[in-house]
Order: sequence, then structure tokens, then C-alpha cells
Amino acid sequence: MKAKVYVSLKPGILDPQGKAIQHSVELLGFDGIADVRQGKYFEISLADNAGQEEARESVSRMAREVLSNPIIEDYRVEIEA
Amino acid sequence: MKFGVIVFPGSNCDHDAYHVISKQVGQPVDFIWHRETNLNSYDALIIPGGFSYGDYLRAGALARFSPVMESVKKFAATGRFVLGICNGFQILCEAGLLPGALIRNRDLHFICEHIFVRVETSDTPFTNEMERGAVLRLPIAHAEGNYVCDDATLETLQREDRIVVRYCDRDGEITSAANPNGARDNIAGICSRERNVLGLMPHPERACEDLLGSSDGRDIFRSLAATLAAVA
Repeated sequence: MKAKVYVSLKPGILDPQGKAIQHSVELLGFDGIADVRQGKYFEISLADNAGQEEARESVSRMAREVLSNPIIEDYRVEIEA
Repeated sequence: MKFGVIVFPGSNCDHDAYHVISKQVGQPVDFIWHRETNLNSYDALIIPGGFSYGDYLRAGALARFSPVMESVKKFAATGRFVLGICNGFQILCEAGLLPGALIRNRDLHFICEHIFVRVETSDTPFTNEMERGAVLRLPIAHAEGNYVCDDATLETLQREDRIVVRYCDRDGEITSAANPNGARDNIAGICSRERNVLGLMPHPERACEDLLGSSDGRDIFRSLAATLAAVA
């Protein structure tokens, strides 16, 4: 079983890296880009015997307490069988 | 009075802090490896600058889980003094000992230069030997010093007089041009509600000798030493 965790800056938190990336892709000729936000992505392999709900619960706790800083970031958890 | 300087893998301002306490403040000081959990013999702790755990995940995020940090929380809860400098400030925020967070500088650069900060309150154990409004010239050296917090937290910090230093120009004016990293409200340092925990982005320990370009940082250690002398 695999868990995927997406961590992104909360709306309203300045993302200077996203701005710099946006500038770079615009220099490449891509236009029509309204905004770029950079985030983090984690893949966590879990023992297969864990139940899906149990896994979601423990990975959500990981995301909340370690992988994200709730003051500045949101997270989303996906569980893949 | 006894000081401790906590050392994480990747701390690199630990020796500067040790030097200032032993040579300038003239008090006993130990290095404390991050696996230590007994802090009973100390009166004040310094969490130094550097790149604990390589700044992996987020600056300060992994140091929070070092064994010593549970003891630091208990230490702070007894009213004893904790000074977090630069990465130390980031660790204190991640550990929940100070509110808010420090994110990437507005202009993305790692900034290493001398800046000015204005002392916003002398009602802390770290600034009580200074006048409110005093201007200090101190070095900064960070990529993640952009202080953020929500409106309610900012209002609380202001109401409780917990914004200790703010970025200013050489005349003490708080301007956006004098804000090196985009920090909210030009915040360079804040203290806890109980006032015994201070987080600072500038490095006072690197500014305690004229030879180093500024000795303004001494006032912070002088204040802390005076506080400790009064308590003892």
C-alpha cells in the first residue's frame, strides 16, 4: 500500500519560489500563466496488512505533525491500495 | 549562572555563542548535544544558528524532534530563559514555543549583511538594559527569515508587547525598504507570552566585538546576564 501526501502553501502565503518559476517558464515562451505555486510531494510505502482507513488516519497525522506546518501549509492525503 | 548552547547536527553558530558567553559575559557555559535530556543545571539556553538537519523538510522542522527539545519545552515552562538565534528561532517556531513561521525570503536570496533593528520593548529579560527605540546594527545570514503569522497572532503580539525587535533604517525608521526579507510588520524577533523565550533572526553573538564590525549585540547578552544576576 502506498500513501501520497501533497503539501502546499496556504492561499495568501507568499511563494517567492513559485513566482520565480513562473517568470522562468514565461521566459521560455509559455504565456497565459496566471500563477505558479510550489509544493511538496511525499510517497510513503506502508505495510500491506494495514487497513485503508487506519493507514489514512496515521498518514494524516504524519502530514499534520511533521510533513506540513499548519501555520503556513495545507496537506492532502491519498491512499493507493 | 550557567548557560548551555544546544548543538544539533548542522548547527554552526554554536561556537560563536559559546565564545560570547565565556569571553564577553564571562560565565560558565556548556555545549549540550541534542541527545541530552537533563537540563537541570542550566539557567539559560541558547539555540544557535546554522542548518540543523540540513534544513531538510523545512528549516527547524526536524530539530524539533531531537530528544533535547522535550526538555527545552519543560525548561521554558519553568520560566527559565531560552534564546533562539536564526535557525534557533526557526526551531522555536516549529516546536510551538513561539507563534508564526519563518518562510523563504521575499526575494529568494540568502542574505548575509549587517542590518539595523529597533528595540521595541525593554520589558524582556533580553532587552531590559536597553531603551525602547534603541537602534542596533546586527548581522543577518538567512534564506528563511520572512516572518509570517495570521492577523489574530499579529494583533496578540502587538497587544502583549511581544514584538522585541523590528527591521529599521539607520535612523530607526520602520520602512519597507529597511525590511530585508519581507517579514510581516518588519518583525525580526518576538518573545513568548511569559517573555522568557526569545527568537531573533539577527545574530547578536556575531556582533559583540568592535573587531567584527559591531558590538551592539552585547546589549542583549548584558541584559540577560543582568536578569540572571537579579534572579540569583
